[in-house]
Amino acid sequence: MIWAKEETLSRQEIEEIQTKKLLKLVRYVYEKVEPYRRKMDEAGVKPEDIKSLEDLKKLPFTTKQDFRDNYPYGLFAVDKSELVRIHASSGTTGKPTVVGYTKNDLDTWSECVTRIACAGGAEPSDVCQICFGYGMFTGALGLHYGLERMGACIIPSSTGNSEKQIMYMKDYGTTLLVATPSYALRLGEVAVQTGLNPQTDLKLKTALVGSELLTEAMRHEMKKTYGEHVNVTSNYGMSELCGPGVSGECLELNGMHINEDHFICEVIDPNTGEVLPAGEKGELVVTCLSKEALPLIRYRTRDITRLTYEPCKCGRTTARMENLSGRTDDMLKIRGVNVFPSQIEEVLLRTDEIGPHYEIIVDRVNHSDILTIRVELTPQSMTDDFTELDRIKNKLHSQLRTMLGLDAKIKLESPNTLKRFEGKAKRVTDNRKENMA
Amino acid sequence: MKQLTVFIENRIGRLEEVTTILAQNNINIVSISLSDTGEYGMLRLLVSQPAEACKALSESGFSAMLTDVVAVKLVHHFGELNRLTNTISSNGIDIKYMYALQSGEDAAIILKTSDDARCKELLKAKGDFEVLRAVDVYNL
Repeated sequence: MIWAKEETLSRQEIEEIQTKKLLKLVRYVYEKVEPYRRKMDEAGVKPEDIKSLEDLKKLPFTTKQDFRDNYPYGLFAVDKSELVRIHASSGTTGKPTVVGYTKNDLDTWSECVTRIACAGGAEPSDVCQICFGYGMFTGALGLHYGLERMGACIIPSSTGNSEKQIMYMKDYGTTLLVATPSYALRLGEVAVQTGLNPQTDLKLKTALVGSELLTEAMRHEMKKTYGEHVNVTSNYGMSELCGPGVSGECLELNGMHINEDHFICEVIDPNTGEVLPAGEKGELVVTCLSKEALPLIRYRTRDITRLTYEPCKCGRTTARMENLSGRTDDMLKIRGVNVFPSQIEEVLLRTDEIGPHYEIIVDRVNHSDILTIRVELTPQSMTDDFTELDRIKNKLHSQLRTMLGLDAKIKLESPNTLKRFEGKAKRVTDNRKENMA
Repeated sequence: MKQLTVFIENRIGRLEEVTTILAQNNINIVSISLSDTGEYGMLRLLVSQPAEACKALSESGFSAMLTDVVAVKLVHHFGELNRLTNTISSNGIDIKYMYALQSGEDAAIILKTSDDARCKELLKAKGDFEVLRAVDVYNL
């Protein structure tokens, strides 16, 4: 089901909408938001210099640092009295990132989420269990409003108490699950532990996963847990941009459709800031065209992806961004080699003898980086045979060596010993940073 | 003959947690062997009620499993163990691990091999050894 006519416009029609909105946006921020005016003046750009989408690249980038420098309300374009909602990101480094919404913003946001939920397989008849933390985090309320707007039924179960989550799923007949991929898998494990077969005892039809990367291996693992018939689609957003609703996969599973009448996406070389042609991989930069409270121009997301403008088999004509392959922030440099945790995950998930949970630890011993990966054996692969355990270790070691070009130390753990996450999983511990401080 | 195997990470007090659970469930340990790789250890036990013990440990979050092993009665006599290993190795069977138990006059060897079924046959037919049943071992 395609929710809005804006998803099937011709390229020309999309660009006309974007151009019109961009011109208005530039005048709006220049007039209303002092830090934007200052940055544009410094760059020697005036609103009237922006005449077409081509001119977008003349505008300076906005970064996370701008949010910090202007904490809490410095980037807002409206008076506090016009706000109807505040959200904030977790703020693991320093102050949280604060975002605000006017009444119209909430409406646009919900509309965007409804579209991506529809694309991802949601239907008005769905019973949707939202296992994102309700609160300051945008994920839960974003999906909540979007799915409700569609006419679906919401179970706002939030995170925590996995046994109870399973009870809701079973007793209330949940057909759609909203969660991080790792928590969705955790729930599958708990269901099995409580004696249920997730494939036959639950009615799950669709899983809309977000807030973490969804690798193909993870999708495969989800289908193995909940059944091949279950749609597992990822969607994308971040609180600065609105929350979820920027883009989402359709059932063709061939990239995430961008709500282009509300967002312009560019991909740049993260080192030079140069805009890259369609199809090339780089850092995603997003301009929010419709936001009143917190307009954003060329926000550097630090997420790595590529764009395609080819119409999709699903009937949508909107540009698509490939499922993320990492974040520029997440990249680890180990013995001079660039390593993305998603590469490690890919190897781990295609190894049947180990479960989907893992931990990556990087240490510096005698000036050399040591990569340690803790993985869990599955109940089926548990054995009392050291030779077999060595075989599993060696297999992982050599596959990781092929993938990364690095030797990793593998530590096998017994089933259910590694930490489970309900929100964003934190799987990487880099002890080198702490040692340097 | 079922052996109880527990996978334990190598840290202080972990073994005690296992013995506590066994004690609380009135499970008697007949023989025990502990091997380690530095990171984790494999605790192998012959116990009076293997299934109950396995269940109690699993419920407490341990990775416990039941493994088939071969128990062979040995006479206390020079060269008896040598005769046993010779019977096994000369027939191309690989011994993965072994441990022993002794009670009064009787002794037994617990074995895990690459082919337990054939090993049992050989020991009975060629070596004239007595392969013990679980009940015999617990009553040694």
